[in-house]
Amino acid sequence: MIIGQIKNGIVLDHITAGRGITLYNFLGLDKLDCQVAFIKNAESVKMGRKDIIKIDRIIDIDLDALGFLDPGVTVNIIEDGKLVKRQYLELPSRIENVIKCKNPRCITTVEQELPHIFVLTDKERQTYRCLYCESEAKEV
Amino acid sequence: MRSLIDIQELSTDEIDRLIDTANDIIDNPQRYSEKCKGKKLATLFFEPSTRTRLSFEAAMYDLGGHVIGFSEAQSSSSAKGESVADTVRTVGYYADIIAMRHPKEGAPMVAAMNSRIPIINAGDGGHNHPTQTLTDLLTIKREKKRFDSLTIGFCGDLKFGRTVHSLIGAMSRYENIKVVLISPDELKLPEYIKQTILEPKGIEYTETTSLEEAIPTLDILYMTRVQRERFFNEQDYIRLKDSYILTPEKLVTAKKNLSIMHPLPRVNEISVAVDKDERACYFKQVENGKFIRMALIMMLLGVEQ
Repeated sequence: MIIGQIKNGIVLDHITAGRGITLYNFLGLDKLDCQVAFIKNAESVKMGRKDIIKIDRIIDIDLDALGFLDPGVTVNIIEDGKLVKRQYLELPSRIENVIKCKNPRCITTVEQELPHIFVLTDKERQTYRCLYCESEAKEV
Repeated sequence: MRSLIDIQELSTDEIDRLIDTANDIIDNPQRYSEKCKGKKLATLFFEPSTRTRLSFEAAMYDLGGHVIGFSEAQSSSSAKGESVADTVRTVGYYADIIAMRHPKEGAPMVAAMNSRIPIINAGDGGHNHPTQTLTDLLTIKREKKRFDSLTIGFCGDLKFGRTVHSLIGAMSRYENIKVVLISPDELKLPEYIKQTILEPKGIEYTETTSLEEAIPTLDILYMTRVQRERFFNEQDYIRLKDSYILTPEKLVTAKKNLSIMHPLPRVNEISVAVDKDERACYFKQVENGKFIRMALIMMLLGVEQ
């Protein structure tokens, strides 16, 4: 399958196979009026299978949120058809309004305007906990 | 300006200082009777409480201060939908310090993020209750004269029991602490407490369902109530509520210097007959609660000696 090169835009590469749609939805790519290519289950030497998203425009991306959702993603910035920057993501120490606390006893369940904040409490286990009630973040 | 939301915010030195102050208050109450003269404590209790609210109020009165507040959400503007942030912003204009209890976990932290005066977390759902932990620590210090080299048994609801989680966290700072976790399988200590506190600090712990087997090894037995309000399913509560009942017969094999503690209120997990046993400390805990809260109010208001 051949997808054309982009001139100015972003390529999200090395997305864990199956996670692409979550990233696509979280980044609100359906709302863009430029070309967006979403490739599912692409062959990869390193990963076996991976997802790729190509966006034909340079947009602001919340790298912390992306790092939380799929820390292995690489973000490639393309300008004038050339790769000008490649960013490797890290697990963010804190994320805001990326996921919601699922603890029914948490204050965020009754105070709707509070930001949903999670902090990284265990890097090794990749554990995030709600800032307010300390409940562990559930899978997105 | 400083608040107290979680016991882990206090350093070991600060805890020692609070305990020293509380002990001095017990010995010399008159020396502290005007420490908070002209100051006001607001008790914002969105959930019922007997001991915690009254001990905060008694503490402030014994420091020469005044108390305002409410004891149920229905008598506050939260019944009209007012947010925690707006409530504490308002109260900040009337009082010098707030003690807050709220059924939702994290509410006191939201309060502290929006308040111009210190917030003391007086219990937020099944989450934190730092002043109960300070009360427990003062009781342990007065009974055992030390914090190290103790075997502590926690019995009952170790899953939702916030006092258990906080006390394990606080005691894990000391040397040669052993923990015995006694609970039914459904109410075992959450894995994250083991992973984040017990295991990193190398604290020896065992889990058992048998209170009788554990009792002879203990220096302290910390009993807890199975809390109806933490269950979404009434049937689960009824099935588990009578898992452990401490009676004089079960204490026959216990050490002579065992200290029996309980954060209270109890339902039936400690038989009334145990109250006469000189090893029972739970009403001493109630008394100690007022003194440690006096020390804490002084510390947060910056009026220590």
